[in-house]
Amino acid sequence: MEEVAQNIETQEYFINMGPQHPSTHGVLRLMLTLDGEIIKKVEPHLGFIHRSIEKMCEKDSYQQVVHLTDRMDYLGCHINNEAVCLTVEKGLELEVPERVKVIRTIISELTRLSSHQLWWGVMGMDLGAITTFLYGFRDREMITDIFEETCGARLTMNYNVPGGLMFDIHPNFQNRTKQFLEHFKKKLPEYDELLTGNVIFTERTKGIGYLSKEDAISYGVTGPSGRASGFSCDVRKKNPYSAYDRVDFKEILFMEGDCFARYQARIAEMWESMKIIEQLIDNIPEGEYKAKTKAVIKLPPGEYYQRVETPRGELGVYIISDNKKNPYRVKFRSPGFSNLSALDKMARGFKIADLVAIMSTLDLVIPDIDR
Amino acid sequence: MGFSIYDFSDFINNIHAFLSETFSPVAGNIIGMVIVAACFLGFIALLGLSLVYIERKVCALFQQRLGPMRVGKWGTAQTVADIIKLIFKEPLMTKDSDKFLFNLAPFIVMIAPVMAISLIPFSKGLQAVDFDIGIFYIVAVSSIGVTGILLAGWSSNNKYSLIGAMRSGAQIVSYELSVILSLLTIVVLSGSLQLSVIVESQREGWWIFRGHIPAIIAFIIFIVASTAESNRGPFDMAEAESELTAGFHTEYSGIKFAYFFLAEYVNMFIIAAVGATIFFGGWMPLHIGNIEFFNNAMDLIPPVIWFFMKVSAIIFLLMWFKWTFPRLRIDQMLTLEWKYLLPLNIMNILLMSIVVLTDFHF
Repeated sequence: MEEVAQNIETQEYFINMGPQHPSTHGVLRLMLTLDGEIIKKVEPHLGFIHRSIEKMCEKDSYQQVVHLTDRMDYLGCHINNEAVCLTVEKGLELEVPERVKVIRTIISELTRLSSHQLWWGVMGMDLGAITTFLYGFRDREMITDIFEETCGARLTMNYNVPGGLMFDIHPNFQNRTKQFLEHFKKKLPEYDELLTGNVIFTERTKGIGYLSKEDAISYGVTGPSGRASGFSCDVRKKNPYSAYDRVDFKEILFMEGDCFARYQARIAEMWESMKIIEQLIDNIPEGEYKAKTKAVIKLPPGEYYQRVETPRGELGVYIISDNKKNPYRVKFRSPGFSNLSALDKMARGFKIADLVAIMSTLDLVIPDIDR
Repeated sequence: MGFSIYDFSDFINNIHAFLSETFSPVAGNIIGMVIVAACFLGFIALLGLSLVYIERKVCALFQQRLGPMRVGKWGTAQTVADIIKLIFKEPLMTKDSDKFLFNLAPFIVMIAPVMAISLIPFSKGLQAVDFDIGIFYIVAVSSIGVTGILLAGWSSNNKYSLIGAMRSGAQIVSYELSVILSLLTIVVLSGSLQLSVIVESQREGWWIFRGHIPAIIAFIIFIVASTAESNRGPFDMAEAESELTAGFHTEYSGIKFAYFFLAEYVNMFIIAAVGATIFFGGWMPLHIGNIEFFNNAMDLIPPVIWFFMKVSAIIFLLMWFKWTFPRLRIDQMLTLEWKYLLPLNIMNILLMSIVVLTDFHF
């Protein structure tokens, strides 16, 4: 019998996963080299949704640059906007009012929650449990309603401007946020019931897609994906911005580095986000919602860098200014790009179905990778 | 014509006699067959329409939404609209696909459930064919379907389709064993392979109650294995839309795709019908031993209603699985079958044999 098996000639073959594929969640093309169903190599091919945002930034004023960042990681758009605003404020040496800092932090955490809710739904769907998708959306709906009321938009909110906020919060904002927290505290355990405790789910994720701490650091895998490998990289702790220095929260660290750890890290992060919002929601200081800035912002010549923690990891904004009203060069260090680079390392030797689980736990947003 | 909702045998015999008298006996037989075939085709079409609608509504119920609501009252005409759309769609085909096999595959997939459905006893006397090897026949014809799936995957000239078809082949061939063995467990108890005899043997009470522990184990294995055999979630490895786009029917469109779709639902009905017949007494009302009063009250409900109630309950259970659980991985699924279900099943048959030999059942 074994002799027969040895005499059969087998051949590796390649298959294109994407750019149109249900679980690449966008136009990512992965060239898989397979031996049967076992993955030998994963080669991501990018560029299908490249809009040259960095180049477009060079002709835009600093207020306009903020708008473009909405279209990168659309699930964490408030945090992207904030990153640019913080960089510009750093360059102007502008101190924004306390009220702005607190509101920015609250909305950032709401953004993180909504992003993780969507991720949770999609994660279930990728593993074949379509119902979770609708559950995730049900709770996310409440957050988007809050955003709609305060920011005027549901997805690309554009609430930040250099120096502060576009306008003040809606009078309902605090109440509705508290209502949401109350609602979601009951619903989050339901998430655990549906997926975390499910035997099929744990079998599909435990021990799959292992990434060691050393690899996480060398590939630059940040965010919950990196922290699930034990890489302590939470920018909110390491380099606090806005109001993160005055709130009490834990940095979630897991040591396992597999899909299940990444899953747990995000679920735990949702609890932490709620904790942060709870501490701030009743303590929004009175004051201006925007610091005075000139109509045309000109940064002094030099290089400015600011990093923030988006739901997917560390986003860095690097601006070179030559004292004009538009930046000389803008570079975004997007978390998705670095996280994707570790995919090949994680997926080798596993099966196609595992690749879907691994991609899902990396929480890829393709426009963030392909700016 | 002596029509009674409780017993169809006189009605059927009268029609048969009428046809034989009016025409010659041979012609009467042929006309009878054509009528029965037409009835089944109509029934399958109706079944497909209603099950798709029910599935969408049940799925909506689990997902906290309404489901189809726009076309017709409560969206009841939605499936009709969908079917009309599918009929008018252009049947696309990839350039280098094997055209003959590509066109043949949907029909082979469809043949299996159509052949099996003729053996289902819908009510007393309402059964098209009553073989003495009924269960054996159903199990045999239901495995024809996998040929169609393999052909569809092979002829599509698409790697995703091929992977889906190969997965499906491995899956169906393995889980068939469990289906057969779990059905045989009850055959050991009832002592016959003929479906009408099995139903009749449950007059005192359904096998799932009378056969106690081994019968319940057999039923659980049957539900798991037959879900896997019909390629439904959480065992929808062959389609696995998040991995293989749509698996073996990726390249199919229009009415040929509708055939695959319809076959899935008819298969689901057959699973539920066989499960109801073997474990829950088919059309037999709920009887408890010799409690005359209770048994007579239960007899008032027509058997055909009993049958469809049981089938609906099992179909609901199957839908519940599909919309709750994540999908297994292919190797985990084969492990489940060969390492757990199959040994358990063989032990269970042994247990059931001991139960039957020692007369330790109700």
